[in-house]
Amino acid sequence: MTAPMDMEGPAGPPRSNGELVFAEPWESRAFGMAVSLSEAGVFTWPQFQAALIARIARWRATPTEGTHWNYYHHWLGALEDVLADRGAVLADDITARAQALAQRPTGHDHPH
Amino acid sequence: MTTNESTERIPASLRTEALEQLLTERGLVDPNVLDAIITDYETNVGPLNGARVIAKAWTDPEYRRWLLDDGTAAIKELGFIGLQTEHVVVVENTPTSHHVVVCTLCSCYPWQLLGLPPSWYKDPAYRARIVKEPRKVLSEMGLELADEVQITVHDSSSEVRWLVLPERPAGTADLPEDQLVPLITRDAMVGVARIEPP
Repeated sequence: MTAPMDMEGPAGPPRSNGELVFAEPWESRAFGMAVSLSEAGVFTWPQFQAALIARIARWRATPTEGTHWNYYHHWLGALEDVLADRGAVLADDITARAQALAQRPTGHDHPH
Repeated sequence: MTTNESTERIPASLRTEALEQLLTERGLVDPNVLDAIITDYETNVGPLNGARVIAKAWTDPEYRRWLLDDGTAAIKELGFIGLQTEHVVVVENTPTSHHVVVCTLCSCYPWQLLGLPPSWYKDPAYRARIVKEPRKVLSEMGLELADEVQITVHDSSSEVRWLVLPERPAGTADLPEDQLVPLITRDAMVGVARIEPP
């Protein structure tokens, strides 16, 4: 349940704890977007926090079979919720863009 | 719920990329600013800040009293008040009284003092169980507390962020502040571990 501490520098920079701050790059982007948007005043942090609590509570109330716990899935969901509430970005827009991105040929980001 | 269905069908990585593109096009985020925020949290913002606060409290009785009396002001003095760390209450562990921190509803955590929370802190099992059976959960995490030690669990689900002032380990009476700092762990400042003697 707990990761062993790196005795060389437990108080050092985050990575020296032997634990990655983000498991995947998209998690860091979702994190950065929420921080940046709240700093820019697009929404307040308490508004985001309330959306995150609601997302997690919903997951707890209706655990769907086959969906494992992933904190940043809820984080991303909360981000989408507050943005949709403010009319900044609608869920359908995100879906449409994501579907378009999915059509990219394999290796699109590795130009040769 | 089309939103949920579509969220589940489309991988989160793709949805995140789509969202970042849309926000960038609409002038709401700047990818360079995102890069800077991420780098900061991946490399700079970490438990070292909290450790500095604790080491100062261990070596400066006046600062220790101030920290326990008005954590926010005492921490602000050292410059570690910021996002997700606006109001801090510091609680002191003693041989008879143990404090441990959780956020039962989400994962509130004093980022500026401890960095971003570790995965176990965000885990539903920790969040639910530490409240109901703290002694057992702490034991599973490697911290055995005697039955007579009173355990208080603090829930961060509000404006307040909690920081645990751990017990100073034996054999460190002669160590100066800067040599104490490396001994102080994140887990001890959340209250799920003791600080081992050097």
